[in-house]
Amino acid sequence: MAKTRRPSRTPQKSAALPFFSQPIHPGSAISAADFTVPEVRRILQTADALEKENPFRRARRLAKRRVALLFYESSTRTRTSFELAAKALGADTTLVSSLSSSIEKGESLKDTGITLKALGAECIILRSPYSGAPYLLARATGLPVLNAGDGMAEHPSQALLDLRTMLQFLEIPARRISEKALRGVTISIVGDILHSRVARSNALLLPKLGAKVILCGPPELLPDSAACMTPGLIVERDFDAALRASTIVMMLRIQAERLAGLQIDLNEYRARYQANSDRIAAQAPKALILHPGPIIRGMEITAEVADGPQSAIAQQVHNGVAIRIALLVRALGNSAARTKKGGRR
Amino acid sequence: MTAKPILIRSGRLIDPATNTDAARDLLIRDGKVADLSAPGKIKAGGADVIDANGLVVAPGLIDIHVHLREPGEGYKETIATGTAAAAAGGFTTVCAMPNTIPVNDTPEITRWMQAPERGAAIRVLPIAAATLESNGETLTNYAALKDAGAIAVTDDGRPILGDAIMLEALRAATRVGLPVIQHAEDTRLTGGCSMNAGALAFRLGLRGMPVEAESSLVERDIALVRQVPKAHLHVAHISTKKAVDAVRSARQAGLRVTCEVTPHHFALTEEHVGRYDTNAKMNPPLRAEADRQAMIEGLLDGTIDAIATDHAPHAAHEKEQEFDRAPNGITGLETALGLAIRILHLQHKMPLAKVLALFTTRPAQALGLKGPGTLAPGAPADLVLFDPLAKWTFHAADSKSKSKNTPFDGWELSARVHATISAGHIVCRRD
Repeated sequence: MAKTRRPSRTPQKSAALPFFSQPIHPGSAISAADFTVPEVRRILQTADALEKENPFRRARRLAKRRVALLFYESSTRTRTSFELAAKALGADTTLVSSLSSSIEKGESLKDTGITLKALGAECIILRSPYSGAPYLLARATGLPVLNAGDGMAEHPSQALLDLRTMLQFLEIPARRISEKALRGVTISIVGDILHSRVARSNALLLPKLGAKVILCGPPELLPDSAACMTPGLIVERDFDAALRASTIVMMLRIQAERLAGLQIDLNEYRARYQANSDRIAAQAPKALILHPGPIIRGMEITAEVADGPQSAIAQQVHNGVAIRIALLVRALGNSAARTKKGGRR
Repeated sequence: MTAKPILIRSGRLIDPATNTDAARDLLIRDGKVADLSAPGKIKAGGADVIDANGLVVAPGLIDIHVHLREPGEGYKETIATGTAAAAAGGFTTVCAMPNTIPVNDTPEITRWMQAPERGAAIRVLPIAAATLESNGETLTNYAALKDAGAIAVTDDGRPILGDAIMLEALRAATRVGLPVIQHAEDTRLTGGCSMNAGALAFRLGLRGMPVEAESSLVERDIALVRQVPKAHLHVAHISTKKAVDAVRSARQAGLRVTCEVTPHHFALTEEHVGRYDTNAKMNPPLRAEADRQAMIEGLLDGTIDAIATDHAPHAAHEKEQEFDRAPNGITGLETALGLAIRILHLQHKMPLAKVLALFTTRPAQALGLKGPGTLAPGAPADLVLFDPLAKWTFHAADSKSKSKNTPFDGWELSARVHATISAGHIVCRRD
């Protein structure tokens, strides 16, 4: 039976409002653009605190709460870390993926969302090949929706875990997150920006904290208009110049599945934009190297760089769980604390 | 059925066709305008009297671009519901696009759409397909389609890209005296696209349609018109400055090239996509502010011949989908006049008569329609009575259309329609 156990934070879905005016649950995380700086600070502080917490105590926080993972695209890192995060908090999880559900029979996203809500889901984690899909799901269900990647648009939890990795490298504690925290830090995002939701979410998040963000890639994968997304962005075609200016470098793969007929000369691409040891040693010997994965070894990054001392690729994956724990707590509140007459926030 | 005579008293009669803007009484008898005189001169006799004091009395509006969805998609709209929505918006003539299921590419379907059994509230003039099944390969029979009542040919949403077939269409249409309407979109440049190209599309992670996809096809078509003496090209729902500029210079060169614009392309910009609101998804897409301004300029300087709604009803379950998956189009019949008066008359000071001309005489001339578009004695009694000063709020839920896919829900509009009369019958009355 449909049963929402804690409806208090769920805004009442208003029948009078047209569909596209339905409110989005404030616990949702859909776009990095929506996070305020204090919210970013709270999320990263929560991640720190809960990462260190006794696992048995932590597992009471969302004990028996129902979290649905709705995945219309394949995923290794994101899906596993959201699932581990939910389980670390004691929540029940269920995975619905396009190959094993009524999605295959043509059920719409809206109807799938309504079905999951009727089954008791209190939060939905969505990955979709369609940009903007999390807004549709949030409007249709009134539930908090966590965006695990929508089309070419956004991947906000990835941007937050990238930020956590950067702050660890810079030795800036979460409590010092402010509009100026990344002043003087230059981050280059390199490669297939056009098709990358990770690039968009990072480009929308990092300037809020004072960082300078360089977008670097060839025109067919990085239109000039990209710099108009938000203030603080620069488009640079010369990878070496970008490297020389960078404290942190984020490499992206070419998204073959979204190229839509676009022809890329891969040899030329490698020559101009590959992060290899010679280039990194010459232009950015101290920079932190990030990659959201999956990496295509020998294409945008060589094995030596990906596995080398400057790489924090494994640390990024590791940080995913703590960030997603914080996002789930933000979405669903904190039942362990609440049972103790409010307890800690 | 012959309706009772109707006497419309003391209205402000604006008829752009006869350059009239004066207080007049108007008598309707036998479905025609029977008499037109200074107030008080016509005796009521047995006629029903409508007091039009404070109202504008104008020729019924003409919409040369609507999708009535019949045959084939009655769940979105029927000819009956679509024309009821048209009547509520002050329209008495609509031209129905051929992208029905099946495509209107035969005289039989053209006649079926006009049959009394369809229950149309107002005049429906079909526009037939330019090629069989709108496949862009083989021309339909233009002479037979014209005999059946078609007033133009087009493949609308499936633009004719091939130079040879477009040239053939222009030649064949010119021989029988029909315009060729082109939805100008080079679909080779717009595959997988769902909004206007630019910074906003990039930010939203949506693929964008460049303005050149429209303007390059308009330019190509104009080049073809040069090769066919007396050919008439009509550009549907123009949306870019580049395309309006191309039409302007074609006209200056003496070519018969006409065009229309939708209310949404002079009222809204791509910013209305907001958080992936599919009621801001249409084709051509909402453009940038400079293009919107160019639409208003084209209307003010006369380059744009008509305001047409591209009324495109879709069911809620079709629009409440991911942005890329939702179909293109919005409803528009009940908001067109209110938007045009608010934006063109009140904001841009276009005289009321000129705004009305864009809904009456000029579309009639653009597509060579004979009969509708004037209130001269003897003309069909197709007219609209509206309060030009009224401010009102449009609620999609109150729409007569079967579908409610509009971005103007809750908008304050100008000019409230009080009555619409089609062939002497009152088809909408609101007091």
